[in-house]
Amino acid sequence: MVPTNYYLILSAVLFGLGIVAFIFKRNIITIFMAIELMLNAVNLAFVAFSQAFGKSDGEVFVLFVILVAAAEAAVGLGIIILTARNRRSLNVERVNLLKL
Amino acid sequence: MNASLGIFFVLAAVAVAGAVSLILQRHPIHCALSLIVVMVALAGLYLLLGAEFVAAVQIIVYGGAIMVLFVFVIMLLNAGEEERTNFSKIAAYAGIPMAVAVAGLIAAAIARSSLPPAQATTVLTSTKSLSMLLFREFVYPFELTSFLILVAILGAIVLAQREGN
Repeated sequence: MVPTNYYLILSAVLFGLGIVAFIFKRNIITIFMAIELMLNAVNLAFVAFSQAFGKSDGEVFVLFVILVAAAEAAVGLGIIILTARNRRSLNVERVNLLKL
Repeated sequence: MNASLGIFFVLAAVAVAGAVSLILQRHPIHCALSLIVVMVALAGLYLLLGAEFVAAVQIIVYGGAIMVLFVFVIMLLNAGEEERTNFSKIAAYAGIPMAVAVAGLIAAAIARSSLPPAQATTVLTSTKSLSMLLFREFVYPFELTSFLILVAILGAIVLAQREGN
């Protein structure tokens, strides 16, 4: 059997890559994708823990995370469309209305 | 090395390669396709863990609905390659070491812990116990998510409609 630690380390690696993508990317859609990647990494840890302890609670939480991610994607992409229409750019550095 | 360990390493390599590709690609549509690779690899890992319902939901909701939404928005906005700007010095000199430190700290904490190995339960009991939990202990949160989805739908419609109508 695969040790649970392997799954958790893979989850940490994917989360770290998500943070790097979040920092490096300039496109607002790609930054949103980095957030989805981090949510996926956490889901993997949830399922690994749930199987390690023989309880299904973790899987229920994964379902809730996926539901919230779906709602977040719907509203977030609506905001992205609105921003792109107003600023005529997808670059986050051009969305600087609150900057002094 | 037994079979499940080999499958784990192949799927983990695919997932990490997809995540690295997400960082390196310039065009948003290529990033979206890389993310789909990561999600399919994670669905395979869920199957390996014996969580077949979560694997199916991962494919249908993440790989299907959410990523189609992403690709649709990329198409709608006609997003081109992202332009390279002189990104901030803080991101370069503090951001990357911080990300490495976070991943390293988590990995070190995991490596020192001792957990039982992830045991794939039999297929039927896994989904059965999941549905028992979802519709008994977690029934109120489950009902609340329907309100959340409803509010999200209304929010998306209000945000996306043209002004003046």
